[in-house]
Amino acid sequence: MLEAVDLACERGGRSLFRGLSFALRDGELLRIAGPNGSGKTSLLRIVCGLLSPTAGTVLWDGAEIRRLREEYAKQLVYIGHAAAVKDDLTAAENLRIACTLAGHRVSPRQIRQALDSFELADLPVKRLSQGQRRRAVLARLVVSESMPLWLLDEPYAALDAAAGRLVEELIDGHAARGGAVAFTTHQDTRVRASQVIDLDA
Amino acid sequence: MLEAARCIVVRDLLVAWRRRSDVATALLFFVIVTSLFPLGIGAEPELLRSIAPGVIWVAALLSCMLSLGRLFAADHADGTLEQLLLSSEPLGVIAAAKALAHWLVSGLPLVLIAPLIALQYDLPAPLYPVLALSLLLGTPVLSLIGAIGAALTLGLRGGGVLLSLLVLPLYVPVLIMGAGSVDMAAAGLAPDGQLLLLAALLIVAAAFAPWAIAAALRISME
Amino acid sequence: MTAQSVKWFWYASPQTFYPVAGVIARWCGAAAAVLCAAGLYIGLFVAPTDAQQGEAYRIIFIHVPAAWMSMFIYVVMAFWAAIGLAFNTRLSHMMASALAPTGALFTFIALWTGSFWGKPTWGTWWVWDARLTSELILLFLYFGFMALQAAIDDRRRAERAGALLAIVGVVNVPIIYYSVQWWNTLHQGASVSLTRAPSMAATMLTGMLVMALAFWMYSIAVTLLRVRCLILENR
Repeated sequence: MLEAVDLACERGGRSLFRGLSFALRDGELLRIAGPNGSGKTSLLRIVCGLLSPTAGTVLWDGAEIRRLREEYAKQLVYIGHAAAVKDDLTAAENLRIACTLAGHRVSPRQIRQALDSFELADLPVKRLSQGQRRRAVLARLVVSESMPLWLLDEPYAALDAAAGRLVEELIDGHAARGGAVAFTTHQDTRVRASQVIDLDA
Repeated sequence: MLEAARCIVVRDLLVAWRRRSDVATALLFFVIVTSLFPLGIGAEPELLRSIAPGVIWVAALLSCMLSLGRLFAADHADGTLEQLLLSSEPLGVIAAAKALAHWLVSGLPLVLIAPLIALQYDLPAPLYPVLALSLLLGTPVLSLIGAIGAALTLGLRGGGVLLSLLVLPLYVPVLIMGAGSVDMAAAGLAPDGQLLLLAALLIVAAAFAPWAIAAALRISME
Repeated sequence: MTAQSVKWFWYASPQTFYPVAGVIARWCGAAAAVLCAAGLYIGLFVAPTDAQQGEAYRIIFIHVPAAWMSMFIYVVMAFWAAIGLAFNTRLSHMMASALAPTGALFTFIALWTGSFWGKPTWGTWWVWDARLTSELILLFLYFGFMALQAAIDDRRRAERAGALLAIVGVVNVPIIYYSVQWWNTLHQGASVSLTRAPSMAATMLTGMLVMALAFWMYSIAVTLLRVRCLILENR
């Protein structure tokens, strides 16, 4: 279970949010909404431990993530705003490296399946379009069923309708299996979030 | 064990292989800088022999600096650095893997090509092993210390120039011991002491630099 | 124990520190002026003329204390930087940032006076003497620290990045110092050293110590004033 207690975040001398608390249990979906610059990405980066909050703590199963560090990192998949793929490597190589870094082993067959479900050829990423790159990154979700926590920053950005539907299915499926997902978006999504945090309010 | 670290070394080597020209450029820089000295100073064999160790070592320092700028900047730009910070192994181990990959791509080629430069400077044959050994021990220290600077200057304006201002003063002991060991050998003395000191520097750097790199990355990525 | 630490952190809050710093700075500034006058009087008029170097040696009354301060301030700076990183206290980071320009100034003074001393003694403005070379590299380290902090816009990142660099630097300072010293013996043989040249008479030692104390007071005063500026800037 993921718990955020009394989080505050300040960026560049401006307070983005304060006193923010929530709990995300297994099988729940958390949607973080808000306009540009309201701190959605910062909140997600705080929750995955890349950014330390100005105040407050984030707990995973009751332990502070600051202390858990890589033990916590092993539990989560974080897909950030940037593409997080190497231009000179192929989609399959990128996917395999991302999984190995996260500490979970995937077979070449699983990787092929993941790329197939996003209709990606195994080309060097520099020859892919913006949307296809995004697909190459999100293909990781197909092989990440075993990771209990997904943190997704704007998962629908740059995707077409078909790929967007696929991501929705993956998110729903993960929650149905008992995984927890937190995602940011300013678009409408058919995913039924069990909680919504609106940073505008 | 250490699967993530090994994965990073392999990944960086693969990327370097697919961008061979970048590696070649840093190496060419080394060759060109060393070739400029005789043009500026004059080509008396005696003079060249005496400045050779220093020139080769200074050029190695500069060429190392040149490639350090890309060490984390490329990963930072495409977003993979965030994934490195969230990997399943301690960040210090990951940082050590990055430094190792940097050395394999930019330090080791210098060690291999240095005898060729020494040939141009007419360095006596018995000094070749000393020169190569000093570079072999010294260049990994350059990668380790340089990576701290590269992590601190991540994403800053004028990062490259700033990086050299931060890192070059810290390179002084390596330069002195590296070039000094060859000078000692040239003077007919045993260079063991200096080489051992270089080895000691390498051990100390290998033990502490990865944690400093990790701390610097955390600071810069916030 | 807890009462003690509470009190420390009470002083560490910028609001309480601001007025305290003002008072200390004023007293230290006054003490610096008095001590400096006394030290220069001893150095320039009381101390005897040196048999070998004549009057030129008198520059050591500025050179040596400045060199001491330049190294000492770097260590103090790294100390505050480490405290700042460990306990996340804003004031410690401010202390480190405020000390850097003073440290660089003393390093520069040590180099400048060393060069002034070199001209009549060695006949050149610059000699690659071990101490002078170490001071030069120390100056680069100070510049690196200040340049890094200046290049980073985000205040928190600037403070913490500078702190880490200061700690890495302070670990390296002794290594640099000893390697430069070894290098000097390899290439030049032992040269006449600035500090050891005249056999130390008691009055000379007194003069130097008084000057060192004056520089101490000056450093404290200027650093605290700079910290006050930083506190105002960040409010």
